[in-house]
Amino acid sequence: MVSATSKISRFNVASLALGLGFLYLPIVILVIYSFNASRLVTVWGGWSLVWYREFFHDEAMIEAAWMSFRVAASSATIATLLGTLAAVALSRGERFKGRTLFSGMLYAPLVMPEVITGLSLLLLFVALDAERGFWTVTIAHTTLTMCFVAVVVQSRLGSLDRSLEEAAMDLGCDPARAFVAVTLPLILPAIIAGWMLAFTLSLDDLVIASFTTGPGSATLPIRIYSEVRLGVKPEINAICTMVIGLIAVVIVVASFASKLSSAQGESAAPL
Amino acid sequence: MTEDAANTATEADSAKAEPPADAIPAKAELPIAAFDMPLLRIDGVAKRFGAVRAVDRLSLDIRRGEFFALLGPSGCGKTTLLRMLAGFETPDEGAILLGGDDIAQVLPHQRPVNMMFQNYALFPHLSVRDNIAFGLKRARMPRAEIATRVAEMVALVRLEGLEKRKPDQLSGGQRQRVALARSLARRPEILLLDEPLAALDKKLRESTQVELMELQRRLGMTFIIVTHDQEEAMTMADRIGVMDQGRLEQVATPRKLYEAPNSRWVAEFVGDINMLEGEVGPGDAGRLAIATKDAGTIVAAAPPDPVKQALVFVAIRPEKVKLSRRGPASDTAGTHTINRLEGIVIEVSYLGGFTTYKVKLDSGAVLKSSMANTARLDVDAYSVTQRVVAWFTPDDCVVLEQ
Repeated sequence: MVSATSKISRFNVASLALGLGFLYLPIVILVIYSFNASRLVTVWGGWSLVWYREFFHDEAMIEAAWMSFRVAASSATIATLLGTLAAVALSRGERFKGRTLFSGMLYAPLVMPEVITGLSLLLLFVALDAERGFWTVTIAHTTLTMCFVAVVVQSRLGSLDRSLEEAAMDLGCDPARAFVAVTLPLILPAIIAGWMLAFTLSLDDLVIASFTTGPGSATLPIRIYSEVRLGVKPEINAICTMVIGLIAVVIVVASFASKLSSAQGESAAPL
Repeated sequence: MTEDAANTATEADSAKAEPPADAIPAKAELPIAAFDMPLLRIDGVAKRFGAVRAVDRLSLDIRRGEFFALLGPSGCGKTTLLRMLAGFETPDEGAILLGGDDIAQVLPHQRPVNMMFQNYALFPHLSVRDNIAFGLKRARMPRAEIATRVAEMVALVRLEGLEKRKPDQLSGGQRQRVALARSLARRPEILLLDEPLAALDKKLRESTQVELMELQRRLGMTFIIVTHDQEEAMTMADRIGVMDQGRLEQVATPRKLYEAPNSRWVAEFVGDINMLEGEVGPGDAGRLAIATKDAGTIVAAAPPDPVKQALVFVAIRPEKVKLSRRGPASDTAGTHTINRLEGIVIEVSYLGGFTTYKVKLDSGAVLKSSMANTARLDVDAYSVTQRVVAWFTPDDCVVLEQ
């Protein structure tokens, strides 16, 4: 048994290394080259933080990063609110007509090609004669990320025992109170995870943002993409490294949040 | 049903006759005008789910301080009825009167009724203490009083030292007790228990049954329990309502339910029974001679209401059927008529406290008999293929028309 395991594990280690290498080697190279002192991207000129310093003096880039951050934070917040409401309505509400259709439509953006989402939103904004900028990108990202939040929250709600809410009502809560006192604390980790997911999705979106943004309000991915078209500067590597760092932190926090679902924290209910 | 269970039920009856020791005072008394009324009156309540009649115009009165069991096979509507009492379902028809007020349309959180859920439904994010205090906080009870009440409840269900644990850090039995304490904490008029012991193993279930009975007696509270386990119902309840297809088939004490079922269905659902079909012949002095196909003429005690049909069923519990090699000394002249049926033992199952036999009568019909193993050495044991006399008295027979 033991030898069989170790035989398999040698193969497993090899395939794991290959898989991880395939996924992360480009990123590792990018991170290493972000500390390159040379002006040329492909030539190693020793360790340096010069490109990080460059970024913090590049006002256009900082402005794009700030724009991206604002869009991500506000679209994630709106998407979390709407997505949670949709999830609650779908799993807790009365069985209304067309519920299956509605739930299918909610998940359509998950599989919809981003080009189509972006183009259709662009057409909508043009038809509405809306000035394209911060708000159009935010709205576009909300439509993209809302369904992800809904999926995460709905799966958590589905695993929750309905009799918990009934028990709360039996013990003197009206339905709204029962939701706040029992259901909300129990799905809160899923809501937080949903927000994080929406945030990262918005942060790294290029396609939808480029369709729906306007002059003077480029997001970071758009800015980077347009810089790269003129030739890759090592500064881009530094920016990308920082974005990767931010996303890594968010994902780790999000996974901790969903782990919390099973192991609840102290007295989370606002009683 | 076994003799053991029947005995336990009898003991339970006599135990309940004692006055309750008032350890904890019950909730505020109802006005004196309501003294003669039942605490709970279910009046013609019906509930349909689509085409299914879950509860079909059912009426039932429950007295204050009663331990009432709703017994029935799964899908008989007993849980739906309980959920209507709790307020999670609204009846399509009829009224539910609690102390004279119709609560059929009152929302769950406004009813002075609490429920213990089958899966306990403990709040996983709250400690044992916060779970028990949950309903008290909702009732806006002052902090100090909540602390006192929670401590009282914790002591009542013997969970001292576990107050800070979360439900997932407790055993099944402990969780059951937290659920009980939580539903009792608000001192409801009626406590509803939905299969409260179903998740416990046999030994724990039996000891918990006794604890629940003692608790109910001490608190003087009204308990309504839903169960599909007839032994559980018989052990604990003062009265049992047997349900089938949304209707109450019979409401009676455990003893009456077992010894005097009012229909074939109840007789067959509660415990084990021999059922013989026959035609009513001439009778005298409270006796009926019934000509059965399978066992000749059987003399049975006449039921209290006169028999209207010609075709009836004679029901005899297996433990009332005694076996012997030659039969009892027959007293043909006197008043003690005894039904004697001859046959061959075809199956013997030794179950420890008692042994069950199947006796094939000369007509081909099979009669079940169960006899207590009162002696350690098998003086009375019969073996397969042995020819025996199965006998029982007229009073051991129940004549059923439906």
